[in-house]
Amino acid sequence: MARISSVAELEELRKDILSKREPGKPWIAFCGGIGCLCLGNDRVISAFAEEIRKQSLEAKVGLRMTGCHGFCEKGPSVVIYPEEVCYLEVTPEDVPEIIAQTVVGKKVIDRLVYTDPKTGEKAAHLFEIPFYRNQTRFLIGNNPRINPRSIDDYLAAGGYSALAKALFEMSPEQVLAEIKKANLRGRGGGGFPAGLKWETARNAPGEEKYVIVNAHEGEPGAFMDRALFTGNPHCVLEGLIIGAYAIGAHQGFIYTRHDNPQLRENIDIALAQAKEYGLLGENILGSGFNFNVEVHLDIGIFVSGESSALMRSIEGKAPEPRPKYIRTSVSGIWEKPSNLNNVETWANVPMIINKGSAWYAGIGTERSKGTKLISLSGKVCNTGVVEVPLGTPLKEIVYGIGGGIPNGKKLKAVHFGGPMGGSLPESLIDTPLDFDALAKLGAPMGAGAMLVIDEDTCMVDLARHFLEFLAGESCGKCVPCREGIRQMLKILTRITKGKGKEGDLELLEELAGVTREAALCALGRSAPNPFLSTLKYFRDEYEAHIKEKRCPALSCKELSASGGAKKNE
Amino acid sequence: MDNDSIDQIIDKQRGKPGSLIQVLMEIQDKNQWLPREALEKVSEKLEVPLSRVLRIATFYKTFKLIPEGRHKIHICTGTACHVRGAQRVLDTVQDLTGIKPGETDPDLKFSLETVNCLGCCTLGPVLEIDGKTFGKAAPAEIADELKKYE
Ligand SMILES: Cc1cc2nc3c(=O)[nH]c(=O)nc-3n(C[C@H](O)[C@H](O)[C@H](O)COP(=O)(O)O)c2cc1C
Ligand code: FES
Repeated sequence: MARISSVAELEELRKDILSKREPGKPWIAFCGGIGCLCLGNDRVISAFAEEIRKQSLEAKVGLRMTGCHGFCEKGPSVVIYPEEVCYLEVTPEDVPEIIAQTVVGKKVIDRLVYTDPKTGEKAAHLFEIPFYRNQTRFLIGNNPRINPRSIDDYLAAGGYSALAKALFEMSPEQVLAEIKKANLRGRGGGGFPAGLKWETARNAPGEEKYVIVNAHEGEPGAFMDRALFTGNPHCVLEGLIIGAYAIGAHQGFIYTRHDNPQLRENIDIALAQAKEYGLLGENILGSGFNFNVEVHLDIGIFVSGESSALMRSIEGKAPEPRPKYIRTSVSGIWEKPSNLNNVETWANVPMIINKGSAWYAGIGTERSKGTKLISLSGKVCNTGVVEVPLGTPLKEIVYGIGGGIPNGKKLKAVHFGGPMGGSLPESLIDTPLDFDALAKLGAPMGAGAMLVIDEDTCMVDLARHFLEFLAGESCGKCVPCREGIRQMLKILTRITKGKGKEGDLELLEELAGVTREAALCALGRSAPNPFLSTLKYFRDEYEAHIKEKRCPALSCKELSASGGAKKNE
Repeated sequence: MDNDSIDQIIDKQRGKPGSLIQVLMEIQDKNQWLPREALEKVSEKLEVPLSRVLRIATFYKTFKLIPEGRHKIHICTGTACHVRGAQRVLDTVQDLTGIKPGETDPDLKFSLETVNCLGCCTLGPVLEIDGKTFGKAAPAEIADELKKYE
């Protein structure tokens, strides 16, 4: 690979890559996402390689391992291009037939395509399957098309053109103004305007500044950041470099999970390739701008995703948050101005620079712009990674994309934002996916984990579950969080065991109030959210547990359905 | 774990500010757990007080200060797995191995741990044995699987 030292050379290279690709040549994209790999996609992939070799088709058919396609529920997923025929739940035994019939014979195999369980209608192409058809896939849409380990694939899809535009056609101030006008809001949980944060870091005194990708993704039930970063690392990296240029930073950090080797490798490879091409390092694209990136691994504690705690761990210290009045954009890593954004926030940047803030601001609601990635899980037919414009009604996500509730059960609630979020009852299912609308109802969106709950899940137990999680994840530095969570957990555990007392709910509310007010960081301050939202919308379930010793969802083991603790307890 | 490999890991990271956590992780990656002697060596060579090394090593539950079993079982108790019956999976594994989360059996065969979310919630409930993931885990299948380990 040769270093590129001007925009002309970048375009030259892009042309060269494209000219070597034969548009009509069939190629097969295997989903390499965690879900499909768990379902045995590695065996499917070997079967394809084997069959291609047996039939000596190496020159005629391309094979590509891609990032997560999105439809994890029906994995292993295989897409055959150029037609974009999508086969689901593929097994190694299907492979010879797929090669003979579809790749060579151009015929669709009915048995392997998506069938709508209600209408029986078949959808052979990816873009016809309701799960995909009803989404707007600006960020994740390239996942089935590119090999994350090939920078050439990203360039072929138009990659790094936004970086070139920013470096050569725009001043840092203009880049910043675009992001502000687009009203890009942080995707990591807070929904804070990215442009304002960038501006603070830019204006903060000091020569040395840092930009950071938060790829910790500690929220249980969230897997979209991993899907995006593993599947399209250059998109995040391009956004980061543009942000560094706007802010005036020359050093970046990626803070990511230690427990996902594939994610780690893809990031390392992307950094190395970008460096070789001169898209990273000294004098990027000959612009005179220098920027380097270092990868840091978290070691699995939820609080280390919080901004100041994350910065402490990059310094090699224990991840304890600092009080919020010290802003990390002014004084972060080693007390230098440090701008932290979530994976998905950074990934939005190239698109905004390429298409302009006016285009971007045309998508979404009044105050929530663009699309949002959602990790759809729980009791819903089609689980997976979903991307929709902000403002999409929740109903559309659960039914239009998610395909409704399996096993003939009824929808009871949707829960957003994991342990720091809240639940909304079925009656509020028309609420739009919007930062402010959801927060107002007590179910802040968080990073985008959307858990669908049916009638078999006990809401009291769910609140208990989140507090149990947080009790293990709190750093223990401040008393309101450490003790408040423990005491709330104790009482809720008692209630789910049929030992609830009159006055428990009032005591819980009091503890929730103190923890919310007095904790040091957002972990403690939001810890009471799941309890408060479930109490608000499902008070009858709490009362059934306490007064009648009954669990309406039949989920708490120690309680019976008709009331009264079980005899053997 | 021999001194040379610890030295190598430390030398690679030395001089970089903030290298303590990375060094401990690499040692654990190689040795499966962090023996006291290794921690003392890290403290000495990185010139970080032993108290701070111990603070980091005990803060994270990822760091192991006692020997690990030959096979590591991770059971996801994240929310998505929780609503899909993670407790049943945990009960089954506890019954079969006789150990609780955080424990290792006396023969050093299995170590059991609960984890928060493995990122494959769509397959819940999920468990992982030696890095291999099993989705939609049913008690009978788990029993069969565990028999395969020596
Ligand atoms: C306990 C806790 C955990 C968090 N975990 C994450 C995380 O895993 N990923 C993330 O992007 N943000 C996380 N955040 C939010 C970050 O503090 C920060 O607001 C965010 O990364 C900023 O990026 P954004 O403005 O682009 O959203 C967490 C916050 C708290 C309080
Ligand atoms: S909650 Fe178990 S894998 Fe996500």
